[in-house]
Amino acid sequence: MVHLIAVFPFLAFVINILFGRRLRGASAWISIAASIGSFLLSVAAFQGLRSGQGSYNLGTWLTIHGVPLNFGVLVDPLSVMMLLVVTIVATLIKIYSVGYMRGDSRYSRYFAYISLFTASMLGLILSDNFVMLYIFWEGVGLCSYLLIAFWFERPAAARAGLKAFLTTRIGDTGFLIGIFLLFFATKNLHFDHLGAAIASAGPQEGLLIAAAILIFLGAIGKSAQFPLHVWLPDAMEGPTAVSALIHAATMVAAGVYLVARCYVLFMAYPVCLQVVAVIGAISALMAASIATVNNDIKRILAYSTISQLGLMMLGLGVGGYTAGTFHLMTHAFFKALLFLCAGSVIHALHTQDIRKMGGLLPHMKVTGWTLIIGMLAIAGVPPFSGFWSKDEILVQAWSGHPVLFGCAVLTSLLTAFYMSRLVFLVLFGKPRSEFHAHESPRTMSIPLMILAVLAVFSGFLGSPFLHHAFQKFIFFSPEHGGEGGEAHPLNYSIMLLSALISLAGIGLAYVLYIRQNKILPEGLRRMFTPLYKLLLNKYYIDEIYEAVIVKPCLAVCRWLSGFDCFVIDGLVNAAARFFQFLSLAVRPVQTGLIQNYVLIQVMGVVVLIVVLFFGIAGFSRVG
Amino acid sequence: MIPLVFFVTISLFLFCVGIFGVLSRRNVVGALMSIELILNAANINLVAFNRYLGPSDGLGQIFALFVVAISAAESVVGLVMVITIYRNAKTIFLDKFNLMKG
Repeated sequence: MVHLIAVFPFLAFVINILFGRRLRGASAWISIAASIGSFLLSVAAFQGLRSGQGSYNLGTWLTIHGVPLNFGVLVDPLSVMMLLVVTIVATLIKIYSVGYMRGDSRYSRYFAYISLFTASMLGLILSDNFVMLYIFWEGVGLCSYLLIAFWFERPAAARAGLKAFLTTRIGDTGFLIGIFLLFFATKNLHFDHLGAAIASAGPQEGLLIAAAILIFLGAIGKSAQFPLHVWLPDAMEGPTAVSALIHAATMVAAGVYLVARCYVLFMAYPVCLQVVAVIGAISALMAASIATVNNDIKRILAYSTISQLGLMMLGLGVGGYTAGTFHLMTHAFFKALLFLCAGSVIHALHTQDIRKMGGLLPHMKVTGWTLIIGMLAIAGVPPFSGFWSKDEILVQAWSGHPVLFGCAVLTSLLTAFYMSRLVFLVLFGKPRSEFHAHESPRTMSIPLMILAVLAVFSGFLGSPFLHHAFQKFIFFSPEHGGEGGEAHPLNYSIMLLSALISLAGIGLAYVLYIRQNKILPEGLRRMFTPLYKLLLNKYYIDEIYEAVIVKPCLAVCRWLSGFDCFVIDGLVNAAARFFQFLSLAVRPVQTGLIQNYVLIQVMGVVVLIVVLFFGIAGFSRVG
Repeated sequence: MIPLVFFVTISLFLFCVGIFGVLSRRNVVGALMSIELILNAANINLVAFNRYLGPSDGLGQIFALFVVAISAAESVVGLVMVITIYRNAKTIFLDKFNLMKG
């Protein structure tokens, strides 16, 4: 039954893509019904898991050197958690899209793509081996491309789609090579047997480390980690609902999911875990610092996503399997909420520049208050969900990783600061441009409220109040050196520190943006001009890539195109010219006049008759 | 009974008229009509030879019927082409068309 979870949205995709034009408005509801069906089945899978029903096999696809490659469905706590998160968020965002995409000329196609995305994402979660996971991995990548470039009439959107596709392709290629290496070293592609296969792989440590790093490269691309993060901010050219679903809550989390999924592999080689943690820390800090100066509401949230995903990677990298996945869950809810709020604001104001907003709270009550809830959740103010999950990561990092702990703390501070900066500039103060804000329609505000509830309460799953239910559900099995579902003793000093950091960040933003009521404190900016410029230009990473990779590539392409035009085309054209020249003598025969042709035909017949009767040149009779 | 040679002579005469028409008419419609003459010359031959050389079966007559049917179809196609050409070029003189000139 569980595999139907992915089949429902796929059917919705098929129906919408084939009959979308005739269905019009109904296409949205087909898509929503499919994801509600998937959600109900996910709940059933969760219940089934508790009563002992686990993974099962649908059939064998290939047999490679005696190793079967199955169509298997993987049901374990991690996948069930992801199923629930994805189906809940997808359903809410599809409902939101009914209002947000109203009147779009490609309405049904939007719902077709987003259904295909949901199907791929759910398939990715349910895959029980690397090859199936890779297929769905590419599926979500494709949908991401299609949806970023959904408004392809805008050149920026088309370019952003291409950029996302090409950048993630680098990671995906690494991932594929990693799968090959893993198969080569262990003769195994199934997640379930990964631990045993690594243990019996013997002296192939180098190969396995390379495989782990390459698989992580795939995760870097998909989860927009440094150095392949450049596509995510540009991906904000897509519809905001898409950004919420794909580029905040679910698809970008696939990288984190992948690392968690083959955690045995990373756990076996500490150096791999270290790479994960360091990349996570760099991404978290870098993106958070960029977000503090950006002025585009969606891009701030995009950098915030990179930063939070980095934090998850950091959590996984310091051995916090539970911490990383817990933050993945809470983040999905509050980040989807933040993006949908941003969409609601953009829907009302038709601008994305926070410098032109301000004083929106009285006009947009639902959006405003849910945005504040989302901000408090991501900033990590107790008792909102972000507090509990971020605290888990901090606790993990504290045990033996002082530098990484420092990075995580600094990231938390910056997160609280830039998120409250966004909220203060958008909702409070005086309007900084002419606009007539209005609350969004019901289909948009109700998902906001539901997500707000989840953003507040989902953290309690991993809190002492619910006896650490999450930690007891999802943990890394002790047989591979995991912590085995035992809740940490509460570390009150870190909890206090984490709460204080959040409040400090919010307080700092309050002083700078509310008390002084300016868009950007002039004095401060002048004091740190070089730093400010560096951050505003996103550390010049795009420019560096442009100069180091794009320009040389284009130069090579130009050279190749010249080779094609002059050498290859030249050869072909020369051949044509040669035969044209040869034909000069016989061309006049073809007069183009029908009667000439008929005349020649008749003469031919006459000649044949003569030959038939008198023989060639009259020497002998034929027949 | 009329000797076979009479039929063959008639048929030969019709065939020659047809060939002459195809080769000499400037008008496409005239050329098409001449082609019909050629086909009918062949029909006469078929029927006559059938009668004189193999009287038991009607093979030649059936063949002639087929030729009639096919020539009807051929004239339809031909006339359609004439109309199309006329619409495009405002003329139906064959010597005005040398699109296939090499």
